Amino acid sequence: MGKREVDDHSGVETTGHEWDGIRELDNPLPRWWLYILYGCIAWAVVYWLVMPAWPMLNDYTHGLKIAALPDTVKVDRIRVDAEVKELQDKRAPMFAKLVATPLDQVKSNPELFQFAQEAGKATFANNCAVCHGAGGQGSKGYPNLADNDWLWDGSYAGIKQTIQYGIRSGDPQERLSQMPHFGVDGLLDATQINNLTDYVMTLSGVKGADPKAAAAGAPLFQEQCSVCHGATGTGDHLQGAPNLTDKIYLYGGTREDIHNQIYNGRGNVMPTWHARLDEGTIDAVTVYVHSLGGGQ
Amino acid sequence: MSLMSKHGVFERHSLVLLLGIIIVVSIGGLIEIAPLFKIESTIEKVQGVRPYTPLELVGRNIYVREGCYTCHSQMIRSLRDEVERYGHYSLAAESMYDHPFQWGSKRTGPDLARVGGKYSDAWHVEHLTNPRSVVPESIMPPYAFLKTKMVNPTYIQDDINTNKIVGVPYTKEDIASAKDDLLAQADPNADSSGLQTRYGGKVNVRDFDGDPTKVTEMDALVAYLQVLGTMVDFSTYEPKKAGGIR
Repeated sequence: MGKREVDDHSGVETTGHEWDGIRELDNPLPRWWLYILYGCIAWAVVYWLVMPAWPMLNDYTHGLKIAALPDTVKVDRIRVDAEVKELQDKRAPMFAKLVATPLDQVKSNPELFQFAQEAGKATFANNCAVCHGAGGQGSKGYPNLADNDWLWDGSYAGIKQTIQYGIRSGDPQERLSQMPHFGVDGLLDATQINNLTDYVMTLSGVKGADPKAAAAGAPLFQEQCSVCHGATGTGDHLQGAPNLTDKIYLYGGTREDIHNQIYNGRGNVMPTWHARLDEGTIDAVTVYVHSLGGGQ
Repeated sequence: MSLMSKHGVFERHSLVLLLGIIIVVSIGGLIEIAPLFKIESTIEKVQGVRPYTPLELVGRNIYVREGCYTCHSQMIRSLRDEVERYGHYSLAAESMYDHPFQWGSKRTGPDLARVGGKYSDAWHVEHLTNPRSVVPESIMPPYAFLKTKMVNPTYIQDDINTNKIVGVPYTKEDIASAKDDLLAQADPNADSSGLQTRYGGKVNVRDFDGDPTKVTEMDALVAYLQVLGTMVDFSTYEPKKAGGIR
């Protein structure tokens, strides 16, 4: 190194560079800054030792396991499991009571009923409302749960079974009914389906039915439909066959809708919930749905 | 001080400086990234996770193509309220065959990591066709065109092969029968025994979009949505045993 130049004015060494007569003082770095830097370096070494840090060829350094720290602090997964368990433990006494109480007696215990309503409402909003609507009012293809017209059993036990195992869900204990695809599968010809449509319209008094066609459809109804829908069209809860006389239609009540349904025989799927929700939650939803207006 | 005084070379030649930067950054990258290709223990082994079937893979491609990930995440974080709402937190292994993964970072719509089996096929079709018809407050755009767009099986073998190259364990047989499997999964009348031996008995085989005569992009997307989060049976999953907690 050559000779060091010292600035006359401040008495500090310069870096030795010069640009157009401007020279730079070579002041040392501020102490506070340097200590933070050294501190960070020291912290890095500690971090390497404590945490999983260095990748090796087929493994990595696992770090020290600090025994004093509980797992709930060290591991996210254990923490969240513990938090969920804490919440479940808080609810457990009420859920246990709910599961132990026959569902038709829940209403007579105001505290339990309110609990079931609240739990059921929250679960319904998260899982059921996308199809059945926020208030259970349903829409085309998705049954209204707030009226007293049931496709299947509207009792506590019936509602619970539907929620647990679903309808046409593929579960071994599913509720299964199948409206035949009279048109698609060629079971009836076009005239027959037209006549049948007019007859079904007369059952619930839909306006615009052709009386002649309806009369021709009547024997066809007894032959093809009465096994499930009943001789008078009042339906059968055991088979999930809708009541055709009450002006409540799942797939619409116009002539075209009724015709479509006889032709295509649509049947929607209700998923199973027994794997997703525990029994207490299903009981709560059952009580909630039952209370929406139409429970039997 | 001889070496220290050489830094003038870097300061005076920008290309030398650039080269120096590249070398230093590469060292950092290699040390951090390269070992991850070799270390097996970073992904826990979980029962049930399988590669996507050809139809699901096509559905997944549509999911990516339409940018679903910009509004929907597929990652249930290990936080209490998420586990309460969506179900068991997501495992790394559940997206081990996703290239690229669809974790997402924005939830304009709900998380989809466990949407499989939650709603019926008909609901998905209706919802994709016109979201407002089933969820009045939804702001999701409609995807009705998926119902009329046929799935093109021409590239499915290339697609599966590409996934194989990046590490998804498809077999030669999977690739050879990809076209058949693609069509068989959406047709309840087809012989799907081959599909089920290759991808397991739990594979959903049915007509997803309500039109059994053709295999549309709607079939593919719904098949994909219905398998999301359903591969792992959490009634038997134990994080410690699976190596998820160390």
